[in-house]
Amino acid sequence: MKLYDGGKILIGLVIFVAFATFPFYYNIGKVNAKPEPKLDTPEILKMPEQDRKCVESKAFMRTEHMQLLNNWRDSVVRDGNRQYISSATGKHYNMSLQNECMHCHANKKKFCDECHNYMAVKPYCWDCHIAPKEEEKS
Amino acid sequence: MLEKGLVGSKKYWAWLAFLGALAVSGVYYYLQQFNYGLGLTGLSRDVSWGLYIGQFTFLVGVAASAVMLVIPYYLHDYKKFSKIVILGEFLAISAVTMCILFIFVDMGQPMRIMNVVLHPTLNSVMFWDSMVLSGYLFINLLVGWVTLSSDRKGVPPPKWIKFFIYLSVPWAVSIHTVTAFLYAGLPGRHFWLSAVMAARFLASAFAGGPSLLILLALLVRKLTKFDPGKEQIQTLGTIVAYAMFANVFLLGLEFFTAFYSNIPGHMESFKYLYVGLDGHRELVPLMWTSSIFAAASLLMLVIPRIRKNETLLAFACIMLFISLWIDKGFGLIIGGFVPNMLNQVRTYWPTRQESIITLGVWAIGFLILSFLYKIAITVREESEGVEIEH
Amino acid sequence: MSMDRRQFLKIAGISSILGLGATAASATHNIWVKGLSPDEVAKNPEALNAQHWAMVVDMSQFKTDEDFQKTISACHSIHNVPDFKNPDGSVDLKDEIKWIWKAKYENAFPDQDNPYMEEKLKEMPFLVLCNHCENPACVRVCPTQATFKRKNDGIVMMDMHRCIGCRFCMAACPYGARSFNYRDPRPFIKTENKEYPTRTKGVVEKCTFCTERLAVGKLPACVEAAPKGGMFFGDLADKNSEVRKIIETRYTIRRKPELGTGPSVYYLIGGTEHA
Repeated sequence: MKLYDGGKILIGLVIFVAFATFPFYYNIGKVNAKPEPKLDTPEILKMPEQDRKCVESKAFMRTEHMQLLNNWRDSVVRDGNRQYISSATGKHYNMSLQNECMHCHANKKKFCDECHNYMAVKPYCWDCHIAPKEEEKS
Repeated sequence: MLEKGLVGSKKYWAWLAFLGALAVSGVYYYLQQFNYGLGLTGLSRDVSWGLYIGQFTFLVGVAASAVMLVIPYYLHDYKKFSKIVILGEFLAISAVTMCILFIFVDMGQPMRIMNVVLHPTLNSVMFWDSMVLSGYLFINLLVGWVTLSSDRKGVPPPKWIKFFIYLSVPWAVSIHTVTAFLYAGLPGRHFWLSAVMAARFLASAFAGGPSLLILLALLVRKLTKFDPGKEQIQTLGTIVAYAMFANVFLLGLEFFTAFYSNIPGHMESFKYLYVGLDGHRELVPLMWTSSIFAAASLLMLVIPRIRKNETLLAFACIMLFISLWIDKGFGLIIGGFVPNMLNQVRTYWPTRQESIITLGVWAIGFLILSFLYKIAITVREESEGVEIEH
Repeated sequence: MSMDRRQFLKIAGISSILGLGATAASATHNIWVKGLSPDEVAKNPEALNAQHWAMVVDMSQFKTDEDFQKTISACHSIHNVPDFKNPDGSVDLKDEIKWIWKAKYENAFPDQDNPYMEEKLKEMPFLVLCNHCENPACVRVCPTQATFKRKNDGIVMMDMHRCIGCRFCMAACPYGARSFNYRDPRPFIKTENKEYPTRTKGVVEKCTFCTERLAVGKLPACVEAAPKGGMFFGDLADKNSEVRKIIETRYTIRRKPELGTGPSVYYLIGGTEHA
């Protein structure tokens, strides 16, 4: 069986394989450590150990914090309800990324960015919501 | 059939390369705009729509004009249009694509475009505009492709396509009515708050689109072996004449209402456009060019001896197209924003980047048009002598 | 079963579209279903509530330029409104963003032409802002409901997350109350209020009657900063509210009432001096 335009096809195939496998061979040798979000902010350390609970459980937050923030946004902006009643703790929280979440988790670089960078995710929250200022620790 | 667009003479490829270069420079400047924001254009807090939306408005009209070929052929059995209806449909595809691109480059947050679909808002005219424009693109793609491939095979098209062809007629009217409704329902802007807005839009669409088609048909005859036909071009010329008369007449009606009533809110925008307001005369030369071209082209189209002369007809069509482009693609939009809602005169002029992006979108549109026309004309050239049965 | 290549491709194409569509539909169905339930949310107990928030402005109480500046900057500073200036110090009219500002009588009320009226009134600046209309044109035209009228209190609100920046609302607003972020505003914010977000380029913004302050029991910033008796804020639906009593007993005008928008900002005419 004759392969017509064989030269062009083979060149095209080589270029395609080069593009398709680029993410793999580009990252060879780069160490990608497991993300380790830090919880040692002054605000959290102020609380006694048994009270260091987030709005919801760690497992829930890990998988659902994106959805939770979306729901908070709709509730605050569209319905005018700003208090969240947690199913885990039963306490009332102010539904605000800037003023509630970041109050405890003030270390965006060592907390939020840890996992986001690992997953190559760039949430655009910080385009508008002011991230807490962090000192550059040398 | 797509492969027919991929073979062509050196001139064909040179033309595509030229358009491609314009398109690439448009994309380059769009990326700059995407990074910086729409501040790269001449838009301001007071004139928040400008060249992009003007071009979109004008091109919706060009897209709707395909119906001026469909109605005579499919509804009135005017067999003479059998070979060129496809040219109208392909022009519609190209025009609607440009409309969508112009909306895209005008948006502040284009990445959020799906919000219009995720949160449909039935009271918003813009929601309906996006729906009918997408639908019209789909209809023309479907109808154009199916009928052309049937022609190529020398068989009549499948019966079910008739449904979409008939649907395209009210749909074409609807796309331009809905676009007019964007302007005609806004309470504060008296320049736009007019019942004849939709009628004006349709009249200028049915004059501007077919006049472009005449020019394209003459070019096709010159550059290829396919001749759209002298009689066909004359019929189009008659359609353009009637539509242009309606358009000029309706514009005259607007002038009468504004100036006979003497209501300031109605007059001020006209004054800004045609004689200047508060010392600002930026648009005056353009608007008078538009009016003079409109009157001249209408005169030429109405006199049969001139209309029958194809060179003079082409000249009239060029003047008409430019006139309508200025009027609808620029003057209409700016006029609605000057003076602003606090009666202050704050003007607008496109920036260099804005103009290059606009040119780039037009280049993409003409790229699509050239590609589709190449396919259609090749099919016609190959099936010369074969009768078409739709 | 024999099938030619075209048929196979057609069936494969349609199945994949249906498959993708079904996954997408079920995914979006999930998002819509998983909103917060009513027992998970509550209003702050100290929140101010009303059926129809309205404002009465008495310009005669604004006597000095400082009175105006305090009121305007109270709003613009806590809401991180950027300050665009040309190199020569003049306002950059192109990119400017303003939620509340001064306008002369002929600009605030262009259809109330009165060439022989009191000179003082002709020159006196009026504070203009979003009127939070009862029948807002901007809400009617927004294709994504990024701007919407709150059912409970009538405030015309902005959802910056949903805005696609089409600026249809800016064309529709008969009062020119809306501003667009033509560029990134952050470099032009004088001092950031860390408790309120900024906006990003490509979205529209305007006065929101300080919903974030009302939610914690405070009056809008401009009302609080205005000179005594300059601005009143209250529930027009409440017969005993101050705004209702003023409007029922004194002569007030609204901007462009003939357009049917039903603005909720009333301007006291005559002032307390001419009572």
